[in-house]
Amino acid sequence: MHVSLHHYLFVSFMLFSLGLLGVIMRRNLLVIYMSLELMLNAANLALVSFSRFNNKLDGQVLVFFIITVAAAEVAVGLALIVALFRKRQSAHVEDLTSMKL
Amino acid sequence: MEAINNLISGGVVQDIMFYVFAALTLLCAILVVANPFSRSPVTSAMFLVLTIISMSGLFLLLHAFFLAAVQILVYAGAVMVLFLFVIMLLDLKEEQRRKIKFFGLAAGLVSVSIVAGIFIKSLASIKLTAEPALEGETYVLGKLLFTQYTLPFEIISILLLVAMVGVILLSKKKLE
Repeated sequence: MHVSLHHYLFVSFMLFSLGLLGVIMRRNLLVIYMSLELMLNAANLALVSFSRFNNKLDGQVLVFFIITVAAAEVAVGLALIVALFRKRQSAHVEDLTSMKL
Repeated sequence: MEAINNLISGGVVQDIMFYVFAALTLLCAILVVANPFSRSPVTSAMFLVLTIISMSGLFLLLHAFFLAAVQILVYAGAVMVLFLFVIMLLDLKEEQRRKIKFFGLAAGLVSVSIVAGIFIKSLASIKLTAEPALEGETYVLGKLLFTQYTLPFEIISILLLVAMVGVILLSKKKLE
């Protein structure tokens, strides 16, 4: 069978679901953050395949911006995690419940 | 000889490559999220690097050459080094195997099935018949970036500056 847009979108969907499951089920803050990256990458894959099969380059420009924003986001997020670790000596979500009612 | 040429131009090799890269991507992604052998975040990070590299293979198959290079340079190069650096810095204990909470599992399955619903619904409405003829070359992409998308490009640079200042502020010794 010839590989079409649907195949790429399915891969993207599977990646997104895996990232979502990781965010919900894992307890380590860093692994949760990596799962977030996985979800971002899934969106990138969908955008690139849409751009390819639509014959428009705008999707690829958007992916370029997304990668830049993701890099900035990772830097800020990891700095936050380090600051949190310094205060609490833990990077597990179950130890970080001071905002729970 | 002609048969081989037909095979290559017919895209059979590319199809096989797609399946190889897609399987690699998904396998490594599963090992990032749920590794049965190790719970340490370092293994997760390493498999995330593999996921990103095989995804850039998919980008190559989609003729997005520039993005494939950027993906490896920025993600596998810069972002993952940052991740590994922080993991080593924090000196984390191994995540203990705890019972998976029923609520967490249920929430995960419900949210995934919602995403699946959106996915199937949007697949049904896709009507793309055009043969792909697009080349994601650096030259074309750069031209677009500096003509039509100049303003977003400049805003992105400001965002990077703000992120840099924010990170320095956040990681100062005294955080009041």
